[in-house]
Amino acid sequence: MSTLTVKKSPRPAARAAGRPAPELIFGDLWEFDPSPETADPKLKPRYELFIDGKFTAPASGKYFDSINPANEQKIAEMALGGAADVEAAYRAAQKAQETVWGKMPGKERAKYLYRIARLLQDRAREFAVAETMDNGKPIKETRDFDVPMAAAHFFYHAGWADKLEYVAPGRKVAPLGVVGQVIPWNFPLLMLSWKIAPAIAMGNCVVIKPATNTPLTAVKLAEIFQDAGLPPGVVNIITGPGSTGGLLMAHPTAAKIAFTGSTEVGKVIMRSVAGTDKKMTMELGGKAANIVFDDAPLDQAVEGIVNGIFFNQGQVCCAGSRLLVHEPVADRIVAKLKNRLRALRVGNPLDKNTDVGAIVSRDQLATIQSYLDIGVKEGAELWQPSCRLPAKGFYMPPTIFTGVTQSHRIAREEIFGPVLAIITFRTVEEAIEKANNTPYGLSAGVWTDKGSRILKMSTELKAGVVWANTFNKFDPTSPFGGYKESGFGREGGRQGLLDYCKLV
Amino acid sequence: MFNEIGTVDFVGIEERVAKYGTRSIKKGSKLYGLKLATSMVDLTTLEGKDTPGKVESLCQKALHPHDDPTIPTVAAVCVYPSMVKHARRALGEDTPVRIASVATAFPSGQAPLKTRLAEVKSAVADGADEIDMVINRGAFLAGDFQLVQDEIVAVRDACGTATLKVILEVSELETYDNIRAASFIAMRVLRPGDFIKTSTGKTSVNATLGNNQVMLEAIRDFYLDTGTPISMKPAGGIRTAKQALTFLIAVKETLGDEWLNNTRYRFGASSLLNDLLRQIEKERTGAYQAPYYFSDAAESY
Repeated sequence: MSTLTVKKSPRPAARAAGRPAPELIFGDLWEFDPSPETADPKLKPRYELFIDGKFTAPASGKYFDSINPANEQKIAEMALGGAADVEAAYRAAQKAQETVWGKMPGKERAKYLYRIARLLQDRAREFAVAETMDNGKPIKETRDFDVPMAAAHFFYHAGWADKLEYVAPGRKVAPLGVVGQVIPWNFPLLMLSWKIAPAIAMGNCVVIKPATNTPLTAVKLAEIFQDAGLPPGVVNIITGPGSTGGLLMAHPTAAKIAFTGSTEVGKVIMRSVAGTDKKMTMELGGKAANIVFDDAPLDQAVEGIVNGIFFNQGQVCCAGSRLLVHEPVADRIVAKLKNRLRALRVGNPLDKNTDVGAIVSRDQLATIQSYLDIGVKEGAELWQPSCRLPAKGFYMPPTIFTGVTQSHRIAREEIFGPVLAIITFRTVEEAIEKANNTPYGLSAGVWTDKGSRILKMSTELKAGVVWANTFNKFDPTSPFGGYKESGFGREGGRQGLLDYCKLV
Repeated sequence: MFNEIGTVDFVGIEERVAKYGTRSIKKGSKLYGLKLATSMVDLTTLEGKDTPGKVESLCQKALHPHDDPTIPTVAAVCVYPSMVKHARRALGEDTPVRIASVATAFPSGQAPLKTRLAEVKSAVADGADEIDMVINRGAFLAGDFQLVQDEIVAVRDACGTATLKVILEVSELETYDNIRAASFIAMRVLRPGDFIKTSTGKTSVNATLGNNQVMLEAIRDFYLDTGTPISMKPAGGIRTAKQALTFLIAVKETLGDEWLNNTRYRFGASSLLNDLLRQIEKERTGAYQAPYYFSDAAESY
């Protein structure tokens, strides 16, 4: 057990003297002028499906609108794909896999992946703006994280494509065939790259459906596939509603399906493919514990807490949505956290100074709001910084709940929004027990100055990734995936590649 | 000491300060920031070849940074003790510009305490409003925190009513944990309005966003604990307006509005001033002016 530090009231001297407690003022003395990103997202009024290397109108002839959650305006019309389109996509993918892509030497496939990565880098600003308009996340995240990471995944897997004989030492590997993939709306372009890059590096061909809310950058990436000369049919992109995703997952041609999304939908998909020999990778929900001990560097821990739950408005499956904080420092952490949140800037996602942008959709905003109501009703204490929100669009200020226990619903269920549940603990064993007391197991964070404790915690926490003195760090070389209801299979690194091949 | 004040994570600090650089300051907010930074400059000359004439021209520059009357005077001039009386003569008694003097055997501090205190007293007697002292880094690294603090107390008392700035010489303390500890050692015996300062400008690494952040966080924690506001002065290495704005963003987001003035925050710098002026002119006219349009009184020549 740790050496306990003496519990300090946040402001002892001031209280003793009976004076008002000193406060910091985060006001508008030096207000920043608007600084919108001005790069042209080069949007078309209407986007088609991408099948067999061509932009194809949907068989139904129907289209749906993609909405900018920051101002509720229509961005473009997207093709509504259905059963006939899914069928055509799988036919194209199978043909490409059997006649071209599967037979191509790895070092040739690598050239295409490198080309895609470089073209994406060339058009990084354009993609960042398009992603922000479609999803609502701040431009500084799309510019500094989503787009560079998407390119990094293509670069990394391009590097593997001619070294596949070393993926499984002593064994030979072969592609699976055609892979069906469905991805979520929280990192549209990044999830797309995360799914496509390892699959095609290994010689598979892909039929993929982006989320209904955020299909824009997927079809824009199809433009890059064309420019890169990627053979027709290697990647096919079907936009449309959730039901089309169901068709895509259940299609008999798919040798493997990969899904990232909610645990609820994951279960439906698994039921639909029960009894088939399809391989599966599921990356589902999470309710990560971010655990702060009394010897942690507190200011950096606060930074990690903020990054853990307010990155991408908390719409992250591995978000640190439960803060487990050691009792001696609980008051100080909460006080520091509140001051930090006062300095966060919520608003127009296209402004370069915005820290917290818009929630992806009206439905998601309503879901988050319903959890706030539940939290308050169950007796937890809600706190939000005062901030001016834009009149139009789907916005939610950063929210923290104190006085939360393990049985509060806000501590058990994935909210997928900027909402932090703060729970205290007293001993290491209690922290481990509380952290593992969840149906999920995707990620966890540990903050302590003690190296030995980090090693102990990383062994005992049942989570796919455990971050030590940091949070939400990603890299193409590092496998990512979950325990329990957070899913199975790994993405990224050598382990991720192994899930896209068969050993022969 | 270290347990009580908590630890600092190097990687976390570097990551935090990297975000300040991504803030985008435009138009009115940029002009406000540039003028604010100008008003915070401690215009400095600390060279062996300083002469009364050089100090006089520095003082004139401090009072009239540029032709534009909306540009504020700088906060202070910062000179060696032997130059204080020349600065006082140049500025006069009734002046908005304060006179700061480095003392205590600057920059090493390696003189007997008696000598250092005598230096402080004579600088104050010659007309210095502010004294920039160096801490005993040898004693700090040897773990003799009490000696370090006792010497600060002695210098503080020798200052009388003059403001004290305590130079930690961060590059010699090496770790962020040490910088935080040294900040607390100083702050616990300082008066409201006294400063902690990063460096002398005489070593290879001076003010950085990282050590600035560690000290701002120490000031914040100390203020919230005790109600005593301590001021901050990064010095050395801040040469461009863009750098100065980034430091000010750190102040805005860590300590808030009450530290955005020259009684709570200063820049120890010389070449910074003309870059600020050049950027202010660029905001006004839309074009960058050649360097020779800005009087060259603070540079080393």
